[in-house]
Amino acid sequence: MSQTSNISSVQKTAQPDIEDMRKMHVVVVGHVDHGKSTFVGRLLHDTDSLPNGKLEQVRKNCAAEGMEFEYAFLLDALLEEQEQNITIDTTRIFFRTTKRAYAIIDAPGHKEFLKNMVTGAASASAALLLIDANEGVMDQSRRHAFLLSLLGVKQLVVLVNKMDLIKHDQSTYEKIKVEYTAFLKSLGLTAVHFIPIAAKHGENVVQRSDKMSWWKGPTVAEALDNFNHEDDLTGLPLRMPVSDIYRFDHRRIIAGRVEAGAIRPGDELIFQPGGRRSTVRTFEDWPGPSREVAGTGDSANFSLSEQIFVERGQVAAHPNQQPRVGREFRARIFWLGKEPLQQNKTYRLRLLTQNVEAVIAKIEKITDASSLESIEASTVPRDTICEVIVRATRPIAFDLHSECAITGRFAIEDKGRINGGGIILDSITEKASGEGKVTAAERTARAGHSPAVIWFTGLSGSGKSTIAELVERRLFDAGKKVFRVDGDDLRTALNRDLGFSAADRAESVRRASAVAGLFANAGHIALVTLIAPLAADRAKARAALANHAFIEVFVDAPLEVCESRDVKGLYAKARRGEIPEFTGISSPYEAPEAPEVHIRTDKLSTTQAVDLVINALDKILESKAEDWEV
Amino acid sequence: MSRNAQNDHLTRLEQTSIHIFREAFANFRSVCMPWSMGKDSNVLIWLARKAFCGKIPFPLLHIDTTYEFPEMYEFREKAKEIHGIDLIVRINEDAIRRGIGYATHDPVTVTHELKTVPLKAAIDEFKWDALVTGIRRDEDPTRAKERWFSPRSAEGVWDYKDQPPEFWGQFASTAPEGGHVRVQPLLEWTELDIWEYIRREKIPNPTLYFARNGKRFRSLGCHPITHPVDSPASNIDEVIEELKLTRVSERAGRAQDHVGRNSMQALRAKGFM
Ligand SMILES: Nc1nc2c(ncn2[C@@H]2O[C@H](COP(=O)(O)OP(=O)(O)O)[C@@H](O)[C@H]2O)c(=O)[nH]1
Ligand SMILES: [Mg+2]
Repeated sequence: MSQTSNISSVQKTAQPDIEDMRKMHVVVVGHVDHGKSTFVGRLLHDTDSLPNGKLEQVRKNCAAEGMEFEYAFLLDALLEEQEQNITIDTTRIFFRTTKRAYAIIDAPGHKEFLKNMVTGAASASAALLLIDANEGVMDQSRRHAFLLSLLGVKQLVVLVNKMDLIKHDQSTYEKIKVEYTAFLKSLGLTAVHFIPIAAKHGENVVQRSDKMSWWKGPTVAEALDNFNHEDDLTGLPLRMPVSDIYRFDHRRIIAGRVEAGAIRPGDELIFQPGGRRSTVRTFEDWPGPSREVAGTGDSANFSLSEQIFVERGQVAAHPNQQPRVGREFRARIFWLGKEPLQQNKTYRLRLLTQNVEAVIAKIEKITDASSLESIEASTVPRDTICEVIVRATRPIAFDLHSECAITGRFAIEDKGRINGGGIILDSITEKASGEGKVTAAERTARAGHSPAVIWFTGLSGSGKSTIAELVERRLFDAGKKVFRVDGDDLRTALNRDLGFSAADRAESVRRASAVAGLFANAGHIALVTLIAPLAADRAKARAALANHAFIEVFVDAPLEVCESRDVKGLYAKARRGEIPEFTGISSPYEAPEAPEVHIRTDKLSTTQAVDLVINALDKILESKAEDWEV
Repeated sequence: MSRNAQNDHLTRLEQTSIHIFREAFANFRSVCMPWSMGKDSNVLIWLARKAFCGKIPFPLLHIDTTYEFPEMYEFREKAKEIHGIDLIVRINEDAIRRGIGYATHDPVTVTHELKTVPLKAAIDEFKWDALVTGIRRDEDPTRAKERWFSPRSAEGVWDYKDQPPEFWGQFASTAPEGGHVRVQPLLEWTELDIWEYIRREKIPNPTLYFARNGKRFRSLGCHPITHPVDSPASNIDEVIEELKLTRVSERAGRAQDHVGRNSMQALRAKGFM
């Protein structure tokens, strides 16, 4: 065992008050069996951070099971981990030095558990990478460094471990240092130090080893205390992805975490995609008083001065420093999925609170994360890195990773599971011109959504126009192409020649469906509001519009309710016999049997009704989004 | 904001936990928050009220083992009032009829029957797809391996050998078929953080945590298997000072953790918190 000299701050017993209680997250990575868990166990032990009796208890358990004691067992708590002598999942341990508080993250080194290593490393501000001096630089030593570079962990210290096995030989240490420094350089990384240690024996961990007097640099404990907390992003342009809109009482509150920059009351905000603007009125903090500023990392909640349509996923920014808005970009991705990543396949792209469908439009390059050599393959195998073109089915707000890392990276989900992540290298502006006839697909691409027809049927006064107008407003504000085809408007122009006989009603439905079809062909979401009382007529309209997404909305309220509303005074007239063949009074209304959406306007609020329609539309458009290739 | 307010470690923890709450509420259809009435649970309530601007928009659930300390029942009624809680209470009446109890059975069996089983029944009854729990990584080595969002199968099983990746603010946002997701906003807090936050925010808590006759409870569970520790700390300041120096683990007084090697792992894999 080494002797004590120069003891770092860590050595002292618990201190009542330390400088910085924010936990510094440090991940421990490297090839399997290079001593990561042993190192963390030893660090806890040597810093006096273990609870009373913990070490004795683990030693006793080992003796009882006839296993040799390992410091790693202090971390590898799962039965399976101890039996196989391997770390399966990341463990986070909290401990404190006199300088500050730490969360040390022990990551697994086995290839099988790379996703767990990523989980551990993604939240770290600094990394310790272990290399077994006897075995040298191995596969996962390199792979882990590549992932650190993608995950944006910039502070790195390499620990050359098991120095005892090579008789503390300096020249072997130097060889590893030279080889690995060159590798790191090719990734754009530099290690602050290469510290020679023997984790198992605590050499150069907390206590300086007298067996390596040639080492003049810091112990690991000293190096830890020299790491810096991540840069404060408060000075960057504001990026606040909307988490939710709360309407628990009379207030309408926008909730979201400030990922970069800061928000103050009075700030003008623009919400992208969509581009609507409003001004922050005030924060709405409970229990109050409300704060005056929300800085980076704060979960904000505020009301706006002018009410505009805002939804989860939009990013709030200041108008002079907006994110990019687009559907297509080049990205570098690490893929962790069991099934390979495929070109032309649709995945879910999750970027902060945005969650959209996206296609891998092109796989440009696949790289082995260990050798850094290109792989010839048509699909991306698990645990490799690739460069791809990603095309989302609708516009998203983002930054390039080089401009603002936090809004310049995303996760890829497949079948409900996060299977990869990527950083955005370049944005791609969509093709401005094509050749030949303008196709429906091109119109769809331009609009950012498929066209659709939403047909509102129901009695006069049931609320068709009211709801359709609100739906139109919502869609319009969300940047959609939308137009309302209203029965009453048609009557005064196109249908001037028609009355209310059964035949005329059929013709009026036919004409309305033709008009809606034209708008849909032009790429719009057409909202038709027409009583269309007969099921047979409606069925014909549906058939005529079969090549578009079609949603029948039954706007339903009991006759008495419609009559009592009598907005246009028509029921009164009909009752007096002044209007012949009035639907519901003197002419039948056949209620739809299986409408896509059924709204009881006497039971639901208009907001709830609009939500139902929008949800149905989202669902149907999402299923259409797959045939979007231009 | 001044450096101190913005970078204060409690504020950082608080703001992150609020974000977790909001992500859970936005992503899941039906959320519930089990409430043990203990300190972590009470901090959760406070954070939820902050997240949702005063009023918690989902129900709380108390799985009553019938072995709670009498003071806890009093505290429950008082806290319900203060926070305006929508509370569901469930008891495994069937197990009690079958005579399951600490007098006759081992703590692992009782914990399973009186806590895990009725919890699962309540999940089936109300069809929650997300449960917010107050577990912390520093409580137990298996909890140190937990995710913010941790999926549980229809049987309540935790597949700790194949947890979903979690990075860049992206979590498992859909529950497995028939199962649910545990949402764990306090993972990064330590016991000391909890007490410092309780002091800063003046969050109501049972007084069992403070010493009477030289003993106090650090962690509260069923009274037959929860033992007080020797401590003179009779108020919150003294508790905090004590925690800064102690090296006794928090759950040392909780018997079901220590029945055999890895008994916590076994309990937790089957659905215990
Ligand atoms: N001789 C020697 N063995 C070590 C040292 N550090 C770790 N080991 C051994 O290496 C093996 C793997 O260690 P472990 O910590 O589980 O590696 P991990 O997979 O990187 O977490 C264990 O048997 C340790 O006892 C060291 O400094 N010297
Ligand atoms: Mg390990």
